Amino acid sequence: MSKVRVLVGTRKGAFVLTSDGKRERWDVSGPHFAGWEIYHLKGSAADPNRLYASQTSGWFGQIIQRSDDGGKTWHQPGTPPGEPTTTPEGMPKGESNKFVYDTSPETGKPLTTHQWYDGTPHPWEFKRVWHLEPSLTDPETVYAGVEDAALFRSSDGGRTWQELPGLRGVKGHLWQPGAGGMCLHTIVLDRSNPERIFIAISAAGVFRTDDAGKTWQAMNRGLKSLYELPDPNAEVGHCVHRIAMHRSRPGVLFMQKHWDVMRSDDAGESWHEVSGNLPTDFGFPIDIHAHQPDTIYVVPIKSDSEHYPPDGKLRVYRSRTGGNEWEALTKGLPQRDCYVNVLRDAMTVDSLDPCGVYFGTTGGQVYASPDAGDSWAPIVRDLPAVLSVEVQTLP
Amino acid sequence: MIRVVLPAHLRTLARVDGEVKLHVEGQVTQRSVLDALEARYPMLRGTIRDHVTQQRRAFVRFFACGQDLSHEPPDAPLPDAVTNGAEPFLVVGAMAGG
Repeated sequence: MSKVRVLVGTRKGAFVLTSDGKRERWDVSGPHFAGWEIYHLKGSAADPNRLYASQTSGWFGQIIQRSDDGGKTWHQPGTPPGEPTTTPEGMPKGESNKFVYDTSPETGKPLTTHQWYDGTPHPWEFKRVWHLEPSLTDPETVYAGVEDAALFRSSDGGRTWQELPGLRGVKGHLWQPGAGGMCLHTIVLDRSNPERIFIAISAAGVFRTDDAGKTWQAMNRGLKSLYELPDPNAEVGHCVHRIAMHRSRPGVLFMQKHWDVMRSDDAGESWHEVSGNLPTDFGFPIDIHAHQPDTIYVVPIKSDSEHYPPDGKLRVYRSRTGGNEWEALTKGLPQRDCYVNVLRDAMTVDSLDPCGVYFGTTGGQVYASPDAGDSWAPIVRDLPAVLSVEVQTLP
Repeated sequence: MIRVVLPAHLRTLARVDGEVKLHVEGQVTQRSVLDALEARYPMLRGTIRDHVTQQRRAFVRFFACGQDLSHEPPDAPLPDAVTNGAEPFLVVGAMAGG
């Protein structure tokens, strides 16, 4: 019988929640890496036992953790548990927490600047890994989206990381931080075209490469940021919160922007708004049903300063028509006095039938719906604030 | 032997309990102590000071013998009591660890 493994990153550690295909009874393990911010954990599609985790701290910087046994044990890549951390010559086996912007003579790229909040130039400074995206085909290859915004790749299981510096060349001097920092938070790999990657940055926008990361283009035509940018139709600078693409339909993307829910039918070349009848089109996550590419989910949040659901009612909204027409999903969710937020990496879907939908809140609840959103129940209620939720569907 | 006290999170990362004892070649300074610490526990590279600039991370402080050494030059000699092992070199996370 199939089972699911939900990987939860929180402000104070990681948790692994497991259940069988019914998704009614859950085992909870954790906290792993107790006391650290776990921005994101994700498993490899090519090897479900291979998990990567971003362990980070404002005090002690960035640590990358890896599990090769489905989350039972973890180690920093290059230093397997129980083995010496150095070679006989005393050299470290890995540099898994070393993220250095590419200024090498080979690429000839100096360390450039982006815009600070006040519009002044500010040098790129590495702060943390927001998102880890394992390759769809190779467990040893994984991408990292970081703050200050850049994309790194490891092809040795996380031991070493190299920046794909072409991205910052796309008007990087005009990018600026959003309230949460200038982060590359979304990485979408295209199953139909291994050379194509989409990424999203707050606040720069969406970018696409068609040559595996060497060159990039801004993909923001149609986005309008009326009160946030001096030129609301600017090529870069939009605060994109999340993008999603269905595995079976690589040309169609959905976006939760700071304000506005958007759709592209031409692989990001242009976008149009599909907010329709949503009570507010501000929010963070957006995701797509595993088997119905026109069924999408968002969690409307009142506004950019009031980061909680409208009217104190936690409602997921589902569109079965690819946007514009939305229905509120409320069964099992708190419908009074609820003032939590759902962050951009904190919603996901499994691939069982019926499709399971999961999300975590800043109040520490992780909700699961085993019936595509029709009904919900909390798996856990009292975790630290949830930063990210991913799920693996296991045989 | 130089005695180094690490904050709890870094002890967990380095998989050590209590103090760390290090042999430091040459003059005992912040830099030479941290070089020796990172050589023995490479998983700590980047956690106390930046990988590239070697600047102390903003929320990490250094103390010894009741003195705040955080803003001393990294190549300044550490107090004799640290050099002869009478007192530890303290790495402290600012503001009680958040």
